Amino acid sequence: MKFLPLVIKNLFRKKIRTTLTILSIMVAMFLFGLLAVIDTAFTAGIDVAGADRLVVIGRSGVIQPLPIRYKEQIARIPGVTDVAHASWFGGVYQDERNFFAQFAVEDEAYLRIYSEFVVPEDQMRAYLSDLQGCIVGRKTAERFGWKIGDRIPLKGTIYAGTWEFNVRAIYSGRRPQDDETAFIFRAKYLEERASQFWRGLVGWYVVQVKDPNQAETIAMNIDARFSNSNAETKTQREETFIASWINQMGNIRLLVISVGIVVFFTLLLVTGNTMAIAVRERTGEWAVLKTLGFGDWTVLALVLAESLTIAGVGGGIGLLLARAFTSVGNPMPGLISVFYFSNERFVMGLFLTLFVGLMAGAIPGVMTMRLRIVDALRRV
Amino acid sequence: MAIPVIYNIRSVRVRWVSAVVSVVGIAGSVGVFIAMLALANGFEAALATSGSPLNAKVRRAGTTSEMESGMSLDETRIIGDAPGVARGADNAPLVSAEVVIVTALPKAGYGTDANVAVRGVSPQAAQVHDKVRITEGRYFEPGIAELIVGRGADRTIEGLALGDRPRFGGREWTVVGLFDADGSAFDSEIWCDARLLNESFGRPAGVSQSATVRLDSPESFNAFKDALTSDPRLTVMAQREQEYYADRSTMISTLIRSLGFLVAIVMGVGSIFGALNTMYSAVAARAREIATLRALGFGPGSVVVSFVFESLLIALVGGAVGGLMALPVNGVGVSTMNWQTFSHLAFAFRVTPPLLLYGLIFALIMGFVGGLLPAVRAARLPVASALREL
Repeated sequence: MKFLPLVIKNLFRKKIRTTLTILSIMVAMFLFGLLAVIDTAFTAGIDVAGADRLVVIGRSGVIQPLPIRYKEQIARIPGVTDVAHASWFGGVYQDERNFFAQFAVEDEAYLRIYSEFVVPEDQMRAYLSDLQGCIVGRKTAERFGWKIGDRIPLKGTIYAGTWEFNVRAIYSGRRPQDDETAFIFRAKYLEERASQFWRGLVGWYVVQVKDPNQAETIAMNIDARFSNSNAETKTQREETFIASWINQMGNIRLLVISVGIVVFFTLLLVTGNTMAIAVRERTGEWAVLKTLGFGDWTVLALVLAESLTIAGVGGGIGLLLARAFTSVGNPMPGLISVFYFSNERFVMGLFLTLFVGLMAGAIPGVMTMRLRIVDALRRV
Repeated sequence: MAIPVIYNIRSVRVRWVSAVVSVVGIAGSVGVFIAMLALANGFEAALATSGSPLNAKVRRAGTTSEMESGMSLDETRIIGDAPGVARGADNAPLVSAEVVIVTALPKAGYGTDANVAVRGVSPQAAQVHDKVRITEGRYFEPGIAELIVGRGADRTIEGLALGDRPRFGGREWTVVGLFDADGSAFDSEIWCDARLLNESFGRPAGVSQSATVRLDSPESFNAFKDALTSDPRLTVMAQREQEYYADRSTMISTLIRSLGFLVAIVMGVGSIFGALNTMYSAVAARAREIATLRALGFGPGSVVVSFVFESLLIALVGGAVGGLMALPVNGVGVSTMNWQTFSHLAFAFRVTPPLLLYGLIFALIMGFVGGLLPAVRAARLPVASALREL
């Protein structure tokens, strides 16, 4: 600790260089934050999946509708505690670019199963008493400035015509990774207005099971129940179902990670080089310190302290900036529904910062350790 | 008077370690920048080349995509008789009434399913979509449960090789051919007989979703479109096929482009700091040299030019290295799901000469910004005291 003033003095000796190095680490860790947020956005679905939830879709994929009468049959399968159906609506609000997910869901059962969506009780009552009522995610409501009581027209794409909805409730998620962009309305409304073709059909079922360990068996029982009918089913754990959607998004995650690695090594190189220059310039001084009786390890510690300080300050500011940037808001609503910088990633960033600091200081530090006083002093 | 260029080249050679670090920093940024743009480029290209300038796509008025549209056999016939429609050898109009169904098939190497578009087409489809070439096997026979598979679908989906018998729509199909559609969205699709597909998925017989029409020339599109919209028997809209597919790609390409730019710009700023650092150290280390140059009679302007030039030189090398690093990604296959069509789309990175040029420009900008301030400092060094420095 008593050497702290020395470390600080050394840092301030070349103010521009120190500032620039801090800035480049800051930028790199800011970028790390952004990449972490993007990665979270693509994989968040898996974290929100309930272990006790199964998703029942048509054998040919989610596009194939299922008969509404399956509900009772699924409910009777042992181990199933709750069933709700939902359908993808796919309406357009003003412009195709204003994308957000819309589901027609079975009134109370759906929100019972998705208990992470919190709706105030009085709003819930208002929703249930209005056939055209809808529940909007907090973020979507904010994005379009919707308030309770607003009338929202959506142009149907799968279901013809313009559909009008009244915002009766706004839900928020219990956890930061919960999707707060969905638009939920009553299946009854869809059933009443949709054309003959869609009567008695729903998109998929969400099933809640008593014991998550038996999920696989129950899934098999459900599929067996409907095998050889004209609407065969495919039942998966919700996690598997979401993972298959993410896999379909393709190698985006891999891309993000590769970019991260490129950035990381570039950064390590830049910082390492700066530290090396800074140490090399002071060769004579190190020799003087050693002559005065400073041990090899003390000298190494001094170099590492310097590089750790630079990395820590830069990385810390960068990570905080990334956090501030992501809390300002989602720059691409509609494309990315979950946009936040998780605490785990933040801590991971701090560790990376320390790693960069250590690695950058290691080579010049060892060089100083091995410095022979006589050689160093002789050099001009 | 200008300082000879050879001075800069030799200086760079002497302090090669820090020059290499700068080069790597800039190369990294340029590589990521080019790769990101190449990705967006490839995605757009896949959808843009799906359309032919000679083709028009007709669907029900007011629908946003073919999958929501519906069209009867009579309507298809009326469309075929409209002016401007090309005719085949047997004088039949070149119209393909099409149905697209999305079905889930196992994605290769993942164990999970991917949504694949299965397109039912008319017998005339081969003449309408002239870019679709059979590379292996043969075309499917109408009325028989046979499939031809695009090369993108063959690559990313399991069990679609020649002779395989995938099951969907309650029936077993046989893959009889593989086709190449020039990197377009069709490459990610499976094609079969429209009538049979309708039947398998329990859709009403004789109703297609859309019609793709071959025109006799790109100029006849307007006349064709006007004829359809003014016909009281029809409630359809016609769009050039290319426009139709470009519309389908806006969401994903915006996503890729905005993410790519964001990442590249942040990285670029980081590289500028790196370049500044290298140049400042270069100036500091060569204070005496600079003072000597000044003493020899080179003006402050020449010193600025010389240092900026040196920085640009390093950046140029960095840009070139970055471009070379990005080259191998050209043609690498990627696949994603297009939300706008709900189906899976295979495409490839496309590194084009303009992209490489943008990469170099990006590098030069970084070099210029990173070199200017240190160069000014170099020019301002007090000659007398710098000469005395050790």
